[in-house]
Amino acid sequence: MSLTRRVLLGLAVAAGLAAPALAQDKPFITVASTTSTEASGLFKHLLPDFTKKTGIEVRVVAQGTGQAIQTAKDGNADVVLVHDKKAEEQFVADGFGVRRFDVMYNDFILVGPKSDPAKVKGTKDIVAALKAVEAAKAPFASRGDDSGTDRAEKRFWKEAGIAPKGDWYRELGAGMGQTLNTAAGMNAYTLADRGTWLGFSNRQDLVVAVEGDKKLFNQYGVIAVNPGRHPHVKAKQAQAFVDWLISKDGQATIAAYKIGGEQLFFPNAAAGS
Amino acid sequence: MEALGAAVGLILAGDGELLSIVGLSLRVTLMALALACAVGLPLGALLGISRFPGRGAVIVLVNALMGLPPVVAGLLVYLLLSRSGPLGDLGLLFTPTAMVVAQTVLVLPIVTAVTRQVVEDLWAEYGEQLRSLGSGRVRAVPTLLWDARYSLATGVLAGFGRASAEVGAVLIVGGNIAGHTRTMTTSIALETAKGNLALALGLGIILLGLALAINGAAFALSAAARRAAAA
Repeated sequence: MSLTRRVLLGLAVAAGLAAPALAQDKPFITVASTTSTEASGLFKHLLPDFTKKTGIEVRVVAQGTGQAIQTAKDGNADVVLVHDKKAEEQFVADGFGVRRFDVMYNDFILVGPKSDPAKVKGTKDIVAALKAVEAAKAPFASRGDDSGTDRAEKRFWKEAGIAPKGDWYRELGAGMGQTLNTAAGMNAYTLADRGTWLGFSNRQDLVVAVEGDKKLFNQYGVIAVNPGRHPHVKAKQAQAFVDWLISKDGQATIAAYKIGGEQLFFPNAAAGS
Repeated sequence: MEALGAAVGLILAGDGELLSIVGLSLRVTLMALALACAVGLPLGALLGISRFPGRGAVIVLVNALMGLPPVVAGLLVYLLLSRSGPLGDLGLLFTPTAMVVAQTVLVLPIVTAVTRQVVEDLWAEYGEQLRSLGSGRVRAVPTLLWDARYSLATGVLAGFGRASAEVGAVLIVGGNIAGHTRTMTTSIALETAKGNLALALGLGIILLGLALAINGAAFALSAAARRAAAA
């Protein structure tokens, strides 16, 4: 039957084409992390070094912090590297993670249009700035995706005593980069992490409006997933990655990552918590 | 213009990363297409020539599934392959295999639905003849498929288009892991997120070029085959 033969031949060819991609011989771990670390280019700078030293390939799935933690809870990652300390500690307390370590920090910034309708440019107090944005009903783009940045933004609104609502407050349900694209398109204010901002090329009229508030501190933590909970995780390789990140060597590699001369992440590993 | 420059620059540079991304995209899409054809062609043909209670409902369902949103297909496959899901032990989530599965789910209804329609029409026309030659319904399937090959090619190409263009499903089940599950479409999404709009559009132009090349090749092949058949 010539048709059957053709179909079989096609299948065989396709299988042959797919085979190299499906081969999995090198040891690897899967890291669930945030869009900010991926979009900023940090992993591209960091991972080849680690892989060269240990032979372990690191596969990063970049998601919002909430989703990344869920991915790890479901056993679909060996390590989580995210930025919501409270949620991370809960993750460990619930038995999903081995132990949490501080890795590095950077800071959040409020970016907004050059025209600055809320008159907050150059100020330092993030809570006061958000009050001004609300008072001016200036467009504000919110991530709205339960990411670490989104959770930080919600905290600041709460501190300001405002439940943001109305035409000016636009919840996007998008990653950091997409949100910056949208904010640039509609000249809106938005809270961003500095790493993504520095790596972002479509700023149009957006500039940094508010920075330097202590509250804007953005801590990243790393946790190996507990093999007691998910026996299939690669506990040894995962721990090797965590250990390297907080080692002198790993910390120096993080510090060395710069865009346009500006350092994106500041290593601050100490004792775990 | 800048995007076109980016596209040309990427191609001229013969960038290894780009090549591996293009390679993975093609491998995943073609594999999914082959699987969908292996199941969808005979399935659609059988559906076209058989008569059974509830057949109308099945046809409506298959036709409706052509509109299955890629994100939903991705989510279903994700839940299936997640370590906490029924097939979690296979460890297939975030692998190219998972992407093939998700895209097969997307392409299968298209191939099945188009095949069903084409074969049904053909059967209405020649069914009497085939039966008088002593061919049973099931035994007529290969003949019908072969006779309808030019019309079916359009359905297969539509399936290819669906698979190569979608980003929602492969992003969810593949994870857009650099060097492992990053395809043309997930790269475009990532570069857009980084604000590298020219590069993103450049990648889009390359993807479009690939689709043009494949459709052109299919067109030329079918024209050559028709000529050979006529000669």
